[in-house]
Amino acid sequence: MSTGYNFAYLDEQTKRMLRRALLKAVAIPGYQVPFGSREMPLPYGWGTGGIQVTAAVIGADDILKVIDQGADDTTNAVSIRRFFARTAGVATTEKTREATVIQTRHRIPETPLSEGQIMVYQVPIPEPLRWLEPRETETRKMHALADYGAMHVKLYEDIARYGHIATTYDYPVLVNDRYLMRPSPIPKFDNPKMDNSPALQLFGAGREKRIYAVPPYTSVKSLDFEDHPFEIQRWDQACALCGATESFLDEVVTDDAGGRMYVCSDSDYCGERRDEVEQ
Amino acid sequence: MSQAPLLRVSNLTHMYGNRVGCRDVSFELWPGEVIGIVGESGSGKSTLLSCLSTRQQPSAGLVEYDTADQGLTDVYALSEPRRRMLMRTDWGIVHQNPRDGLRMGVSAGANVGERLMAVGARHYGRIREQAGQWLDKVEIDPTRMDDQPATFSGGMLQRLQIARNLVTHPRLVFMDEPTGGLDVSVQARLLDLLRRLVTDLGLSAIVVTHDLAVARLLAHRLMVMRQGEVVEHGLTDQVLDDPHHPYTQLLVSSVLQP
Amino acid sequence: MYVAVKGGEKAIDNAHALLAEERRGAEEVPELSLAQITQQLALAVERVMTEGSVHDRELAALALKQAQGDAVEAIFLLRAYRTTLPRFGASQPIDTGAMTIRRRISSAFKDLPGGQVLGPTYDYTHRLLDFALAAEGAARPEVKAAETGLEPSPRVTDVLRHQGLIEESGPGADIPGDLTRQPLNFPAGRDLRLQNLARADEGFVLALAYSSQRGYGNTHPFAGEIRMGEVAVELVPEELGFAIDIGTITVTECQMINQFKGSKTVPPQFTRGYGLTFGQCERKAMAMALVDRSLRAEELGETVTAPAQDQEFVLYHSDNVEASGFVQHLKLPHYVDFQSELEMIRRLRRENAEAVP
Repeated sequence: MSTGYNFAYLDEQTKRMLRRALLKAVAIPGYQVPFGSREMPLPYGWGTGGIQVTAAVIGADDILKVIDQGADDTTNAVSIRRFFARTAGVATTEKTREATVIQTRHRIPETPLSEGQIMVYQVPIPEPLRWLEPRETETRKMHALADYGAMHVKLYEDIARYGHIATTYDYPVLVNDRYLMRPSPIPKFDNPKMDNSPALQLFGAGREKRIYAVPPYTSVKSLDFEDHPFEIQRWDQACALCGATESFLDEVVTDDAGGRMYVCSDSDYCGERRDEVEQ
Repeated sequence: MSQAPLLRVSNLTHMYGNRVGCRDVSFELWPGEVIGIVGESGSGKSTLLSCLSTRQQPSAGLVEYDTADQGLTDVYALSEPRRRMLMRTDWGIVHQNPRDGLRMGVSAGANVGERLMAVGARHYGRIREQAGQWLDKVEIDPTRMDDQPATFSGGMLQRLQIARNLVTHPRLVFMDEPTGGLDVSVQARLLDLLRRLVTDLGLSAIVVTHDLAVARLLAHRLMVMRQGEVVEHGLTDQVLDDPHHPYTQLLVSSVLQP
Repeated sequence: MYVAVKGGEKAIDNAHALLAEERRGAEEVPELSLAQITQQLALAVERVMTEGSVHDRELAALALKQAQGDAVEAIFLLRAYRTTLPRFGASQPIDTGAMTIRRRISSAFKDLPGGQVLGPTYDYTHRLLDFALAAEGAARPEVKAAETGLEPSPRVTDVLRHQGLIEESGPGADIPGDLTRQPLNFPAGRDLRLQNLARADEGFVLALAYSSQRGYGNTHPFAGEIRMGEVAVELVPEELGFAIDIGTITVTECQMINQFKGSKTVPPQFTRGYGLTFGQCERKAMAMALVDRSLRAEELGETVTAPAQDQEFVLYHSDNVEASGFVQHLKLPHYVDFQSELEMIRRLRRENAEAVP
């Protein structure tokens, strides 16, 4: 563990500020709380929001897992895990079951989360209405008035054009029947995992200086129409490594003649299943 | 007819610095009634319309609307959520330039369906069905429902804007030069359509126009404005056939009689 | 059998080693010292200090060395370091009227108390590559001592103010905001706008200022005054209760004077645009002053039509550390999102093909 910096890098005053924002976020599920985001030694857009949230909630006896694209060994996940191993000296793990804090970019683990676990999502753009309305002053008003009709216009257009809703990731959700929220760029495949989850889910957007949260056992509904209900991606194939049929699959190009195979995006889940088979 | 007016306007004044927008305007609009506001450009008609439809806070005076739960209520005292709700349920606004009132980036069907979705409609099939019916009512071929408004002619755009406003069955529609910018044959067709819709739906409307022919066809009553003030007010035929104020006389004599 | 790509840890270590090697370059060339950078690349150091929001020449030089001369990367390094610094308090406002002037020009008045002082500037150099500089140890021309800095030099805006021709600069916030501690809210006060602009990317501010001159929100500016020199920084420690001098810094200040036709409540008068930087970042100070004035459009009752007048547009996109990070985050894997899009495209194509008889 490197010295010269406070535990988990941030000073205690800053952590207190973050925790106040987190408490407010938990109290108003799905509401984006502005916070005094600090400049971190990692670039904006690379998880500075998630890192600040993790730094604010992590304790010396926590066990940290960091994933990017579902995997523990992608470079950015490695870099963030190292950052906390270095500045907080906490234990790290690749096992979803063992972790008390899981920082993620773009995925929710396949292994169901349990009570007491904290999911920390890295968020690039927190505002679900941003592509409809570029102005923050206007979108805040739309949230205040729960004025979300325009969001359905977008989904309507998808169906009129393609026959179904064409949004595949960062699929908007309504939290606790009140606030419209971006789940961060997770595939819509993962959206149902957020609903009524026993884990605490925290979202940090460093560059945009917003924190939001979904407390345990809170309703998270993916927007849809009554006659075009929300549905998730399905694959015709099973994972080539573990045979899973219920997980999110990455397509791997194996040669330049069109050869490809499908493997689990969640490396821990896939490995665990293979270990079981071997035993 | 109900006992209360739909809209009551008392001593409405709006100043732009030292310049008068409109001054001391008072009138009542009754359910099912269409009032025309006529006058030359710069006479204050558009300012008055903006103040009535809560798009421009007036300097003084009162605008009261007959809300469902509280009866006549000062519209500027309403909270913003209630005012927004009013704007998308009870009221409609037809802009002179249809592009100001439409979402040009989404299909015709979505334009009509937006108000339904904004008030909570969540059944795609039914939203579409209603959008189709409304396109039909405004004489747009429902097969063009998924086309972008940019592919529509000026007259079609204006009819699309009208459908978008009427889909939630508003009680009161504000129209700002609804036939402006259209050529004569297109105007005639639109006027005919508007007259039919207003009658069929029992709409109340306030129509701003500089075109006395439009006023004669649509309005039951007329207000003639000059330099921000109402100089004459009465039944349409009366005002146009027997104008009392010299300005109205001038205005009437300057256009060909029908 | 296929094995998923592994080895992120090792790849990162190797990348760092390669970077260190590239940074050092050929062994036979002597290594740069921080003193060389602070002395001979002073303008680069001053830009890094200004946009990095830390006045420390040594640290800025170190950041530049570590970043191989990449200004934006160096600014990022300095900012990340700055986050960890404790805060003792805010200094007293610096008094640029009492500056020890090294450069001072006004394009509004030909002559004025204190006079015009050209100082060290590229303004009237011919931009001809000087091959003599390529040879080390070239002789330096002798500097003729000028009689400057003796007479007091009141700020040009103060001269106009005494005649009531320019707006009062208005009461400042008692405690100026700090957008590195608090999130920005809109509409943002001028203190926060100026802080944002001082930290903003020079290129971005320059381009915005330029756009305002080319008709995207014209502000009819005059360079009322540009002054550069040394000012004292004073702090009131709580335990003392009076101000003590904690050092001297070099700053460049630009006061733009802009035409204003007056409004309902205000008679016609000149208005101000303000720019201030550490060191000699004159281009930045001038651009900042133009954009500051443009951003005051709303408060002065002007119609907001151009990007330079639009608070949200300017303030949300001015920071190069934020912008650089977010643009470059596209390098990070997006396998999962891309997979989802791929699946959707295939599905749409399939449905499309099926629909065609």
